[in-house]
Amino acid sequence: MTTLTVNGQQHDVEADGDTPLLWVLRDHLGLTGTKFGCGIAACGACTVLVDGAATRSCVLPLAACAGKSVTTIEGLADGGELHPVQQAWIEHQVPQCGYCQSGMILATVALLADTPRPSEAEIGARITNICRCGTYPRVLRAIRAVSGVDPTAA
Amino acid sequence: MNTVKQARIDRGRRRFLIASGIVGGGLAVGAWWFYRERDRLGAPPALVAADGERIFNAWIKIGDDGRILVQVPRQEMGQGVSTALPMLVAEELDADFADVHYEQAPIAPVYGNATMLADGVPFRPDDHGWVAELVRHTQFKAGQLLGLQATGGSTSVRDAFEPMRRAGATARAMLVTAAARRLGVAESELEVAASRVTHAPSRRSLSFAELAAEAAALPMPDDVALKPRERFTLLGTPRPRLDVPAKVDGSAHYGIDARPPGLVYAAIAQCPVFGGTVKHYEGGDVAEWPGVRAIVELPATRTSAAAVAVVADHYWQAKKALEAIPIEWHGGAHAAHDTGEQKARYAALLDDDPGRVYDAAGDSAAAFAAAARTLEADYHAPYLAHATMEPMNCTTLIRADGSGEVWVGNQAPTLVRWITAEVAGVDSERVTVHTPYLGGGFGRRGEMDVVMQAALIAERLRDTPIQLVWSREEDMRHDLYRPMASARLRAAIDADGALAGVEIKSVGQSAVTELTRRLLPAMASDLMKDKTMSEGLFDLPYAFANRTVSHVRTHEAVPVGFWRSVGHSMNAFFAEGFVDEIAHTLGQDPFEFRRAALGHAPRHRRVLEVAAERAGWGGPLDGGRGRGIALAESFHAVVAQVAEVRVADEAITVERVVCAIDCGFALNPDIVRAQVESAIIFGLSAALHGEISVRNGRVEQGNFPDYRMVGLASTPRIEVHIVESGLEHLGGVGEPGTPPLAPAVANAVFAACGKRLRELPLRV
Ligand code: FES
Ligand code: FES
Repeated sequence: MTTLTVNGQQHDVEADGDTPLLWVLRDHLGLTGTKFGCGIAACGACTVLVDGAATRSCVLPLAACAGKSVTTIEGLADGGELHPVQQAWIEHQVPQCGYCQSGMILATVALLADTPRPSEAEIGARITNICRCGTYPRVLRAIRAVSGVDPTAA
Repeated sequence: MNTVKQARIDRGRRRFLIASGIVGGGLAVGAWWFYRERDRLGAPPALVAADGERIFNAWIKIGDDGRILVQVPRQEMGQGVSTALPMLVAEELDADFADVHYEQAPIAPVYGNATMLADGVPFRPDDHGWVAELVRHTQFKAGQLLGLQATGGSTSVRDAFEPMRRAGATARAMLVTAAARRLGVAESELEVAASRVTHAPSRRSLSFAELAAEAAALPMPDDVALKPRERFTLLGTPRPRLDVPAKVDGSAHYGIDARPPGLVYAAIAQCPVFGGTVKHYEGGDVAEWPGVRAIVELPATRTSAAAVAVVADHYWQAKKALEAIPIEWHGGAHAAHDTGEQKARYAALLDDDPGRVYDAAGDSAAAFAAAARTLEADYHAPYLAHATMEPMNCTTLIRADGSGEVWVGNQAPTLVRWITAEVAGVDSERVTVHTPYLGGGFGRRGEMDVVMQAALIAERLRDTPIQLVWSREEDMRHDLYRPMASARLRAAIDADGALAGVEIKSVGQSAVTELTRRLLPAMASDLMKDKTMSEGLFDLPYAFANRTVSHVRTHEAVPVGFWRSVGHSMNAFFAEGFVDEIAHTLGQDPFEFRRAALGHAPRHRRVLEVAAERAGWGGPLDGGRGRGIALAESFHAVVAQVAEVRVADEAITVERVVCAIDCGFALNPDIVRAQVESAIIFGLSAALHGEISVRNGRVEQGNFPDYRMVGLASTPRIEVHIVESGLEHLGGVGEPGTPPLAPAVANAVFAACGKRLRELPLRV
């Protein structure tokens, strides 16, 4: 049994220690907002925050999560109030199919937490999530908007 | 198998074949001719009202709480259909769009996509002769009768444009009648706006909520008028998407998120060689592992590959157990298949096989015989995988009594139902299909392989819902790929240095025939021309006087299907690369050459001009950079793109793409922009990286590192300009942005460094 905190709530999980956090969240805890895309840390669809750091949960074994605090997309809003990144995502109409967006949003939250006004190069280096629908131009615009940079600036 | 069950399967299959026959023999069915638009309004029995909801017609329910529930029979895969189609209804209903919600429509013939079939006929889009129109009309009517609910061919808005607006106008008229009775005034004195009916003289008004019960009980009027374009107040505005809020907080549900009570999970290993079978596997003690429920061998079927699956309480248990089972495969006839060899064979076919003529005008043979010089080039494009972000998955429950329930992101719920019912041996009405959001579709989710496999597993574990999830590797190695294709393009230039004739021959598989063989085998035939193989070649918009366009059909081990923009995806690369070559050979500017050849096609010319002008065509560029232009018409939309690239250190960087699109009328300009941005990036991943290769019968790529995608850091600046030519030119928007991208980039590479790239992916 492994004990971890997810979205502020403590859970005792009965699963093999090598079970990736992704499947623990989805199949054991019913938190399906975190998505499976590749299983090898190559796409970012499964990104969550582990102690505040953007982490690809498909390759993080449960055993390594003991005592850690995990934030998933379901826990990002503060009560009824959406996180500013989520608000910007709505404002700039980022999602298309939406499947990659939980990961995209959480990667952005982590980026802005330590780099509030990232340059375009920093954004490109840190947001490496794959979006098959190609929402990147809007992701970029939304990130600029939250970080207080004119989102329309080229 | 016992005989009772066999009989049930036969019955299911017979129904299946009859339904298939309807399309094939559309003309033989007399009723089609009498279908009218109004026939697409009547609410089917499958549409049910919850407490406090009133059904107005097939498309609209209004709740006593004022919520307007629009039935959307197409599937939301990111293209915005769950917003655009409700806008059609809301416009005519004069509803407050904030009251409008969308629901996935049930399965019923009234929701069938008739336009998709009508679009499939092998005529040039500018052919409005009586034969072409009659065949289109017949296909449309047959499509209505077949009632196939499917999303594809960028047809959703075009197919819904008439019936869904009519549905809104009809419901509005009923609300007005109810209000007139309630208020004791003439209908002509009433106005409708923002979900209220108002009698201005007496300053009284009633909300839709207050009127719903009474209005819905009235007879449907037959003669409503639809608003002319000038009176649209909602259509044409960039309304925020209805699906976005759920897609930023994790509450949006996809097929893979289905969690029916008692759910167990299945992992699968499919025969790595196309068409192969399971030779032997050693379950050993794996069946005793914690959580493992069953090890199931799946036969190859007409839609799916042979496989071994493990079912367990949790997905990870199933996956680990599967990996512990050694499986030996029989490669079968295709064990040596090699795409390198296939490519060489295609080149030989271009030499030797005349193919079938798709378009001919004038006398191209004479033009070549008399030519002062000729230009000839061979082009090539590889297989491509869809790689939807959400890997293939399907959740199926087959109960002890044979009834079923399926949760799957799909582009054709009617087929999901048929396939599952066929496996369960029941009437298709006894299968309920839930279509949640699709984590990408791009044509992949019209296929039924994963649905078939899930049904076969669920059939073995009756009364237990099973969720089959493919790994990314299974998804990439068992796709229905964009066909590999090669083309030879020739131009005859006369003594005056003018273009005198063009001959184009392409070679590849037929996606339509193969897909039909998988899904509706009774309809499949190699005799039918498949327009998609030559689309983008046989229907070029340019005024090329003497031309012959032909295609050689092949049959290969690698299965093919529809991939965003289908034949246009490679054919535009062939055609527009070669048109560029002609322009340069004639010493003309590529933009001016195209413009001159479009004198008779004002829509195309205008789109080309807008793209060129906004891109600053002809303006200076820094060293190592170049601009390329390309134009393509697909799915009734015309798109031109100008790419700006930099070539340095043997790498191509696409810095900017300027795009003009004429889709007739942009229902929601922001969704149109988003779709075009998406299509450009989709096209860019294919142009720069996309390639599926096969060796020893096996796909060599398995996951994203081998099948690369454009990322945020390599996304160019994209500008989208919408050009409107009117409602009569309504076109699709999901796909048409993809075809011109690859040739625009290739032509820009030529401008930048003088290298002509005739093969995808582009490598300098
Ligand atoms: S699923 Fe974890 S990175 Fe792709
Ligand atoms: S929105 Fe579809 S994959 Fe990103």
